[in-house]
Amino acid sequence: MTDGLVEPLVAQSGPVIPDFGEGSDCVVDNRLFCPDWVRDNWSDVLQPALVEHVQLTIIAVAIGLVLSLAAALLTHRFRLLERPFGTFSAVVYTIPSLALFQLLVPVTGLTVTTVEVALVGYTLLILYRNIVEGLRSVPPEVLEAARGMGLTRRQTLWRIELPLAVPATMAGLRVAVVSTIALATVAALVVPKGLGYPIFLALREAFNTEIIAAGALAVALALVADALLVLAERALTPWSSARRTT
Amino acid sequence: MFADALQFVVDERRLILEKTWEHLVLSGAALAIAVAIALPLGVWLGHLHRGSFLAVNVANLGRALPSLAVIALGFVFLGVGFWSVALALVILAVPPILTNAYVAVDGVEAEIVEAARGMGMTGRQILTRVELPLALPLIFAGIRTATVFVVATATIAAVAGGGGLGDIIVNQAGYGLDGVVGAAICVSLLALLADAGVGLLQRRLTPPALRGTAPSFELDVHHRHG
Repeated sequence: MTDGLVEPLVAQSGPVIPDFGEGSDCVVDNRLFCPDWVRDNWSDVLQPALVEHVQLTIIAVAIGLVLSLAAALLTHRFRLLERPFGTFSAVVYTIPSLALFQLLVPVTGLTVTTVEVALVGYTLLILYRNIVEGLRSVPPEVLEAARGMGLTRRQTLWRIELPLAVPATMAGLRVAVVSTIALATVAALVVPKGLGYPIFLALREAFNTEIIAAGALAVALALVADALLVLAERALTPWSSARRTT
Repeated sequence: MFADALQFVVDERRLILEKTWEHLVLSGAALAIAVAIALPLGVWLGHLHRGSFLAVNVANLGRALPSLAVIALGFVFLGVGFWSVALALVILAVPPILTNAYVAVDGVEAEIVEAARGMGMTGRQILTRVELPLALPLIFAGIRTATVFVVATATIAAVAGGGGLGDIIVNQAGYGLDGVVGAAICVSLLALLADAGVGLLQRRLTPPALRGTAPSFELDVHHRHG
């Protein structure tokens, strides 16, 4: 199993003779689920993959957030930019992840950069659109009042518009994080990182336990991240919890 | 590099066409099943204004599922092949269709339904002549989202023996980087065309009076995993 982790996945092809190596009867027979395999391989296979997955996700979402915020602020200032930015991110969003990863390989190689560029690209549409909507959702009376109080344009942005855009931004962030966790599993086809890697390896050998363990971890990670972001959203925007419906 | 990839597509056009066809059949079958399950259910729940809990939570759960994990789990429990992968795709396509259909029908203004009832329309007539036409733009937005998901995710299906263009993309040893990039270009075009195609269908089916008022808001189920 550990030998397999070194070789690049994309170079593989053809039938692979299953070899589940040493292990309990359960593993050798390739029964549906063997808890002992999970216990034995947690620290070597599953835990590192989980940590890598979280890293891939955090880097992608952080960069995506900075870029989207910059693009949204530019759009807010210069309305003309909305169409090109919107169209660009919508086209990127439509490209299947597996294809986007491979299209970038000739440019950036079989590297983490390739994966991150693609993952950031997917976060852009969600975050950009949500931040723009959030900035736009500020009622005109509020802006009027801000001007009446003598706030400058910059002060209005920092003290009024950005704070009021937080709920929409957080909603976008939640979707972006969950999407990125899902897409990062596919990234294992380019670099041997994240929870997708054990899934791909196990699929090739049709090794049930590893597929279920790594697959369930990916699902659990997405659900936990989603739940944590809901809590963060409530903590950051206490004023909106009173009229929250879902 | 990209020129070589396009050359591969031209040289191997028979292979590409065959894989594109497989891709379309798989996506089409999964989408048809998903629509057949989710659309009547969503419309019916919306008409009764019941089950918002179900509709919203199915969407939340559905969008959290990483597609590769779902396909891999389908492989474990259902084995290799077309239907195993198709079922995984159905599971991923149901949430956006169901939730949009529910929200669309549920959200038709109460006054309009009231007026229709006042005119003597039966429940069935209200559904087919009032609620459905008004809900159509949003219903189609859900189907469009699901279509893009399914075409994209069907690419990943290759790892579980689903066939399609993903077969070429995951097999660099067999087709070389040119083949992989060429197939990636094809599948991207396919996704863009499918998106545009459903968009066109949506415009055609929308009653003329409603054109231009197409979804003024989009649900945040707009999300991808494949």
